[in-house]
Amino acid sequence: MTAMEPIKFEEDGTVVNLAPEHKVIIDLVEEGSRVMDLGCGDGDLLKALKVLKHVRAEGIDLSEEAIQGCVEKGLFNVHHGNLDEGLADYPDKSVDYVILTNTIQVLHHPMDLVKEMARVGKKCIISFPNFGFWRVRFQLAFGGRLPKSPRLPYEWYDTPNIRLVTIPDFEDLCRAANLRILREIPMRTLSNGQYRVAKILPNLFADAAIFMVEG
Amino acid sequence: MIDDKESVGLVETKYFEFAKDSPLELECGRTLGPITLAYETYGGLSPAKDNAILVLHALSGDAHAAGYSSADEEKPSGWWDNMIGPGKGLDTNKYFIICSNIIGGCKGSTGPSSIDPATGKQYGLTFPVVTIPDMVKAQKMLIDHLGIDRLLCVIGGSMGGMQVLQWVISYPEMVRLAIPIATTARLSPQAIAFDEVGRAAIMGDPGWMGGDYYGKANPERGLSIARMIGHITYLSDKSMHQKFARKLQDKIEYDYDFVTDFQVESYLRYKGESFVKRFDANSYLYISKAMDYFDLAQGYDSLKDTFEGITAKFLVISFSSDWLFPPYQSKEIVSALRQNNTEAVYTEIHSDYGHDAFLLEVEQLTRLISNFLMHGQRKT
Repeated sequence: MTAMEPIKFEEDGTVVNLAPEHKVIIDLVEEGSRVMDLGCGDGDLLKALKVLKHVRAEGIDLSEEAIQGCVEKGLFNVHHGNLDEGLADYPDKSVDYVILTNTIQVLHHPMDLVKEMARVGKKCIISFPNFGFWRVRFQLAFGGRLPKSPRLPYEWYDTPNIRLVTIPDFEDLCRAANLRILREIPMRTLSNGQYRVAKILPNLFADAAIFMVEG
Repeated sequence: MIDDKESVGLVETKYFEFAKDSPLELECGRTLGPITLAYETYGGLSPAKDNAILVLHALSGDAHAAGYSSADEEKPSGWWDNMIGPGKGLDTNKYFIICSNIIGGCKGSTGPSSIDPATGKQYGLTFPVVTIPDMVKAQKMLIDHLGIDRLLCVIGGSMGGMQVLQWVISYPEMVRLAIPIATTARLSPQAIAFDEVGRAAIMGDPGWMGGDYYGKANPERGLSIARMIGHITYLSDKSMHQKFARKLQDKIEYDYDFVTDFQVESYLRYKGESFVKRFDANSYLYISKAMDYFDLAQGYDSLKDTFEGITAKFLVISFSSDWLFPPYQSKEIVSALRQNNTEAVYTEIHSDYGHDAFLLEVEQLTRLISNFLMHGQRKT
């Protein structure tokens, strides 16, 4: 994982830990909108969005512990279950932003979920570790082994990341799913945990990417 | 003298009498009155009267939810003492907790074993059939009597959860937070089927005598069988393996007779036999029938429509191994709430205990409920 930055909210003493891409996402979300975070974990991003952007925050997570964490933060729109079943109750375009951070690479059917996100959400925000990052390529090309990095820390045999994807690969998915790319933010994480936008050769120099798309 | 800092201590059951002059109108078209409700309270009501939590009990529960009912008891006898008390999930240092026995019951509230003032004899089967909405209607009278306009929370498991849902529908403006646990918005045919077998056992007992057994013997055989069936549905395949396996009861080999070989048999018999000492057979019939009739969406086009305009915030909890009120039934409730944009937390607690988990998974429930109440009290 990349460095987390804790923020304490004085109104109820809640502390949230934000990853660099969380901060980018918070900037992308408009004030007072309705947000659904798929795989919301302990609700760090949702709580930050709620306090900083006054959103109506909704989340889904597969883990019981995550739901406990969300309730601890006073998040009352959280659902314990599979990502796809959670969206079925929502009408078309009923949510302003459907967010999927650092999760698409673990899904068995990413295309189905992305299409469902685009049905429910006016906009979708998706982040993922970029498999086209130069260090990753280097390890495979010259080390002859599957890459490991802070963003991809697992052994090949126990990794949950079964859909390794690069930035152009994700653009292909958007085309195949008829999604329009509104924003594309290749992120270069620095050693101090901060990030920069990778402007030059993004697929080589970005270790992660955030896309905002609409269907 | 009771010295137990973790409990609410010695408590007293109180009695509220109403519907003397104008009887309560019931769903079945008949009326009931006068009515007594047995109830207990724990903790203190705030000056603003905004910290009241109504606890709703399940089939065999009663008003005694926490603490000791007599100074002779070695441990607290309240049925939810692990959740209600100082520093517990329902913290009596913060909240005013109310629990009343349902109408139709046999623990101090008016039910079939009560005396019908019109005849001077026990009601028996002349007692009108009561429903979950009727129970809630009677509870509302008690809450009014206590001078509380709005409840911070209504909470209950199993049939208690049905009453939680009914409270929100019957008196939406009176409920800020709702916590239905291990419950359903409509009783499934499978659950009705088990209830029917329980009733058949009672009504097939020659001692039942058409419900007119008062002054004679409780139809113990039938009632204990009903309770044994009930207990099977409260456990799970896995919890039975863990609790009993195929272990024998006080013996090392089979007896090749029909007394008691297995521990699971002994457990069920014990549960059945102890139940008949504390429960009225006719009450069992009435309460199980009330559950069978429960269908929150009755009179509406859909469950979604039922929750339209509801402002209460929900914490809906199910248990993974509960096959009497399986998680999908809680999800139906949550789905209907979400379609109305009602704020709802849903969680399925992983547990091997089956339906009984709602009384046993104390740690997980305490964390969830105390956080939900704390934030909910601030928000609403």
